[in-house]
Amino acid sequence: MNPFSYSRVADPGEAVHTLAGKPQGKFLGGGTNLIDLMKMGVETPNELVDINRLPLTQIEELPDKGVRIGALARNSDVAEHELIKTRYPVLSLALLSGASPQLRNMATVGGNLLQRTRCYYFYDPAFPACNKRKPGSGCGALDGYNRIHAILGQSDQCIATHPSDMCVALAALDAVVRVRGPKGEREISFGNFHRLPGNTPERDTNLAPDELIVSVDLPAISFAARSHYLKVRDRASYAFALVSVAAALDLDSNKVKAARVALGGVAHKPWRAHKVETEINGKSADENTFRAAAEAELAAAKGYKYNSFKIELAKRAIVCALSTVAAMA
Amino acid sequence: MIGPNLLSAVSVEGVERKSTAGPTSDLVNVNLKINGTAYSLDVDPRVTLLDALRERLHLTGSKKGCDHGQCGACTVLINGRRINSCLTLAVMHEGDEITTIEGLANGDELHPVQAAFIEHDGFQCGYCTPGQICSAVALLKENHANSDDEIREWMSGNICRCGAYPNILAAIKEAKTKTT
Repeated sequence: MNPFSYSRVADPGEAVHTLAGKPQGKFLGGGTNLIDLMKMGVETPNELVDINRLPLTQIEELPDKGVRIGALARNSDVAEHELIKTRYPVLSLALLSGASPQLRNMATVGGNLLQRTRCYYFYDPAFPACNKRKPGSGCGALDGYNRIHAILGQSDQCIATHPSDMCVALAALDAVVRVRGPKGEREISFGNFHRLPGNTPERDTNLAPDELIVSVDLPAISFAARSHYLKVRDRASYAFALVSVAAALDLDSNKVKAARVALGGVAHKPWRAHKVETEINGKSADENTFRAAAEAELAAAKGYKYNSFKIELAKRAIVCALSTVAAMA
Repeated sequence: MIGPNLLSAVSVEGVERKSTAGPTSDLVNVNLKINGTAYSLDVDPRVTLLDALRERLHLTGSKKGCDHGQCGACTVLINGRRINSCLTLAVMHEGDEITTIEGLANGDELHPVQAAFIEHDGFQCGYCTPGQICSAVALLKENHANSDDEIREWMSGNICRCGAYPNILAAIKEAKTKTT
């Protein structure tokens, strides 16, 4: 691990001030991904600012009946919180499907947003080619073992996927990320937080290096109480998603009034399935409707040597997740 | 890897070694409360809690398996919650109450989870066992041991290469009857 200087801060202003103008420095939250990447030599910050003592662990109702989750709330605390379990079960299920109990006790909400891909070619510097780790070096996955890789929104520079389950639920829920930088606070809509790879796969998000995530705000969505998270993976537990689906439905008898659907494991960012939502709107909530919508969403999908199975898997997962939610009526 | 220079002890007796390895970070003082005892250490900030426990304090019950948070052999309790000590830095735990496998028994009286693991032969080689037991102690406190499937899911962060899972499950079920 590269040497670094370490400091602990007590308030968000001090945190932002400490890292202002230091692009080689990083905030340290739960550390579950950052410290691992530092051991691997993928991340080499020269300064860590420990933000674990900042008062950002709240999970509280907002005046508009939405919920604010502090950036340092631990994944386990969010998953088990009554407000989350009753109003946004999709988020609780997504969190509980990720990692292990130990990691969920450590990992923060802000850090989960900034998780880096588990693409093998990114994670292990013994592989020389990775445009995300070393811009311009090529992509080892394109012609390599690409079973876990992207089928939507990828570029010829990068076919990595975003690893988070939590973020798939947040994408479906239209969460808002509140961040603080040297010039003050701003809000980033969830769809604009993570990026597609394009020609700059080294940039996962639109967060600036000296900006600190302070909270994730969930808007009030009455029908989110009827929601589900389906995760398909190689093991029964403790594995990243091959494909996952976050889904919520508002039904009027059996007609779809509104839908929220997002996919995980298929793209460089949590993939909001707008086509599915539009396709099923106003139609009867049945398997034929869901299947046609899934076909529309995956029409532009592109598979590689080892991951083409994900295209059909994603379609079936969409149908399964929506059918599960429809049956909750 | 952690260079030998990171291991030189200041407040706690340890093996003094001179560094011949690469660049170092400035030492940081941290006060740790481990199994009820207070320790003051000057550590390189790169030292994980696991390495501080094992290499500096000679509490070698917590094991290093994968060192990447994937196996659970390093599981300890921080303020009563289970975590992977390999993925957290010692300097992050100023003032925290840390409980390791060495701190579970009450003198010569084993913790009910320890006794149940022996009773049910919940191990073969024993390397994952300290992590399994610390994790199980937290599991019972979290009330996530209400069915076989629930125990399996909530113990999934602790891998056993010997495959002692059926006996680990039996041990946890029995410990639940003794602790609740």
